[in-house]
Amino acid sequence: MSGIVLLAPYPDLILALPEISLLVLGLVLVAVDIVSRKARIILPWITLAGVSLTALFLADSAGGTAFGGMFISDAYSSFVKIVVLAGVAFTTLISDRYLDTEDMRHGEYYGLMVFSALGMFIMASAADLIVLYLGLELMAFSVYCLVALLKQDPRSSEAAVKYFLMGAFSSAILLYGISLLYGMTGTTDLLAIADAMSAYGLTHNPAALAAVGCILIAFSFKVAAVPFHFWTPDAYEGAPTPITAFMSVGPKVAGFAVLGRVFFTSFYDVEAQWAPLIGVIAFLTMGIGNIVALSQTSIKRMLAYSAIAHAGYALLGVVAGTDEGLSASLNYLLLYTFMNMGAFGILILLCGPGERRETLDDYRGLAKNHPMAAALMLLFMFSLTGIPPTAGFIGKFYLFVSALKEGHTFLVISACIFSAISAFFYLRVVRLMYMEEPDKSFPLSLSPALSVALLIAAVGVIGLGIAPGPVLDMAGSAIMGFMR
Amino acid sequence: MITLQQAIFAYLAIAILGLSAAAVNLRNPVHSVLLVLLMFFHMAGMYLTLNAEFLAAVQIIVYAGAILVLYLFVVFLVDLNLELRIERFVRNHATGTVITIGVLTVLTAAAISFVPAPPGHWSIEMIREITHTRAIGAEIFSNYLLPFEITGVILLIAVVGAMVIARKDKNEKREVTRS
Repeated sequence: MSGIVLLAPYPDLILALPEISLLVLGLVLVAVDIVSRKARIILPWITLAGVSLTALFLADSAGGTAFGGMFISDAYSSFVKIVVLAGVAFTTLISDRYLDTEDMRHGEYYGLMVFSALGMFIMASAADLIVLYLGLELMAFSVYCLVALLKQDPRSSEAAVKYFLMGAFSSAILLYGISLLYGMTGTTDLLAIADAMSAYGLTHNPAALAAVGCILIAFSFKVAAVPFHFWTPDAYEGAPTPITAFMSVGPKVAGFAVLGRVFFTSFYDVEAQWAPLIGVIAFLTMGIGNIVALSQTSIKRMLAYSAIAHAGYALLGVVAGTDEGLSASLNYLLLYTFMNMGAFGILILLCGPGERRETLDDYRGLAKNHPMAAALMLLFMFSLTGIPPTAGFIGKFYLFVSALKEGHTFLVISACIFSAISAFFYLRVVRLMYMEEPDKSFPLSLSPALSVALLIAAVGVIGLGIAPGPVLDMAGSAIMGFMR
Repeated sequence: MITLQQAIFAYLAIAILGLSAAAVNLRNPVHSVLLVLLMFFHMAGMYLTLNAEFLAAVQIIVYAGAILVLYLFVVFLVDLNLELRIERFVRNHATGTVITIGVLTVLTAAAISFVPAPPGHWSIEMIREITHTRAIGAEIFSNYLLPFEITGVILLIAVVGAMVIARKDKNEKREVTRS
């Protein structure tokens, strides 16, 4: 590729080519919007083209470390980046009509989304705590702004302020943990920390364990795990719907990426100390996410709690503490991207000018008026519940197996019980759509891009449910050769 | 026996903690900003005791000189009566206090067993020899080049984000007058 020829003298930059292409894409998006208002119509297409180009660079990437060992490109980071790119592409496709109805078509919307994806890329590739922290802030700042973009709605500003305050708070905790760790190990490099932990006998030192705890708390904030989830329902509900979809996929997978990278690289020697803690967090996250979702009347808020619950399932793989477990977690996040994006796509499909139609009542009798939309929603709800042969079942199956192998029987049994509880609120939507009479009819705001997104999501949910082999292999090989 | 350096550190640490706590608790935001300004001066003093004179100067010029003045402008420009009021995440004030004290106790207890790592490449003698400013420059533009570039992108995001959020009010009004 010509880019590679141009950068040949700078091997570090070639390794960071996906990041550079995202950076350029973000700048172009912001610039195009400033130069011409009319050019706004092509912004989604520029985004999709840039994302595809980035995916090409990613597929081309050789792997290795760069920038003095601070940046690492391996199969693990590539897998995470693919999920992030899928999230950006889906969000772009489902945004198109929503931005029109809410009157917020801006280059900055797509630009900030791409910049936050850049932050997630950097997090996935961080081999140093400083780079990790900066990537995290880059991601978070962009998302704070995106949450506040819904201009007429005060809920949007409130959500952004809450998200920002809690985000700043978790950053402070993260930095405190990092500074303690730096003081005791003399390094911020992830591999060097692992060496120093054993060399200086820190594996049972309370201060070092407190640092591990602080870092765990900060990452739990980012993946919205209970009891650090308080910001999630409000932030998810107040944000523009496509951004909610993006937030429940992008920052979450990036959070899991750094959680896996840091805890499986730097803190692997103290696994006996953190694994039970994450076990408790996973249990609470699944429990509270699913049980509180039962009582929601807004479907957007219900999906917010469902996002919390799914983070709990995905944590099971981390609790297992094995390569197999971590790859099951990553795999689950990819599958979750498809079903979640699909469900949010339906939410946007129902949005009309001046009417958001976010309550459960709006879904009453949907099957009579719009059988196709109802059928798709049925599929996504089945998948979120984890009913075979959908992708949700496969994802949960591998997570549960990996946790069972390590003897976490209690956690897996409770995860099954919570899944059964979740069936109640997911299938309530289905019941409302199929077994009730519609009390009003409204047109769907269908657009070509949205139909493509829904089609891909549906094909993904069924396809990955029936033939999960390729993705599982990819997730499995993603873990090879990254640790220890 | 407390050495002079320890006494200065103790004064600076207590002042920083006290000023920050007061800045958070005061009702009048202008007072808060001024207390933060004082706190920044103490932070600069702390950097001086650590042989980091460049950071101390930056702390005063950039933070105290530029950023805080900007804060002050914001405080003067924002109508505080129109502020968004948000419910507490934890409604019960006592619960919050208990959790805070608990976390503080745990972290303080843990900090007692802190063992500093052996000094690395940049020992104090080394920094004194080639001076702090030069050491920072050399590190930022070689080993820490990537973090430095990422910081640049973060600043760009902050500008773009602030622009978007601030600009939308104008758009809104224009929409209203047109229709």
